[in-house]
Amino acid sequence: MLVEKRKTPDAEIPTSSLADIVFLLLIFFLVTTTINTDKGISLQLPASGQTKTVPKKNLCNLLINDFGDVLLQGEPIQVPYIQNEIRKRVQENPNLIISIKTGKKTAYGIFIQVMDQLKLAEAKRISIAEPES
Amino acid sequence: MKKFKKKVSSEPKIPTASLPDIIFLLLIFFMVTTVLKRYTGLQVALPSAEAIEKLESRRHISYIWIGPGGRISIDDKIVTKDRINLVGALMYDKRSADPQLVVSLKIDKEVEMQNVTGIHEQLRRADALRVNYATLFRKTN
Repeated sequence: MLVEKRKTPDAEIPTSSLADIVFLLLIFFLVTTTINTDKGISLQLPASGQTKTVPKKNLCNLLINDFGDVLLQGEPIQVPYIQNEIRKRVQENPNLIISIKTGKKTAYGIFIQVMDQLKLAEAKRISIAEPES
Repeated sequence: MKKFKKKVSSEPKIPTASLPDIIFLLLIFFMVTTVLKRYTGLQVALPSAEAIEKLESRRHISYIWIGPGGRISIDDKIVTKDRINLVGALMYDKRSADPQLVVSLKIDKEVEMQNVTGIHEQLRRADALRVNYATLFRKTN
């Protein structure tokens, strides 16, 4: 008896739609990826329990009261002028530490404006003092 | 005169066989670089500043939100003022797990400074000393 040999069709995985599937995944990740990075003013806090005594000539006090008025070494100053004043002082004395002291109810926005001015003045040594009660 | 042979014009085809490979490569790139947003946080009006820096890697950033009225949120958990010690404990764990930790503070501009210094104190206690005050960019002049 003659048995006809069955033709076995070639087993194949259809790959024509692979590109479409991968495209879909790609688009998903493209959409969910957020490119916008976090931006802000960086600061290194001092370690806990680390207190240093600083000679008075290396210290520059910057006081901000509850209403947002700023005192630089005892003299009132407008926020936009802090940059130039601090830059001058830092150039004179590179070891100068700027100590910011705020009131308890000072708005955070004012504090950031002052910090921004210090960063613009390229002041590297900034310390944040505890608010006065 | 010599007869020119007619050129056999082959049909122009763009090879698409390697297309999936290219797209796979792109896909893998985006999969690796994507960090999905984990926490929603609080609605805050960030202050704006000019001298700002970009934070490099989102993987090492941990966020603390302080909303108007001094509400503190970490990992979508509200921390009340009388339990502010929780902030230190939480951040201590995070800092131990990731020594490169940067804490991004998303603070509303109307928040009183006493809340901010409270957080500073907690972060110092937790030894998470690298902070970043999140701001928007604004050119002043």
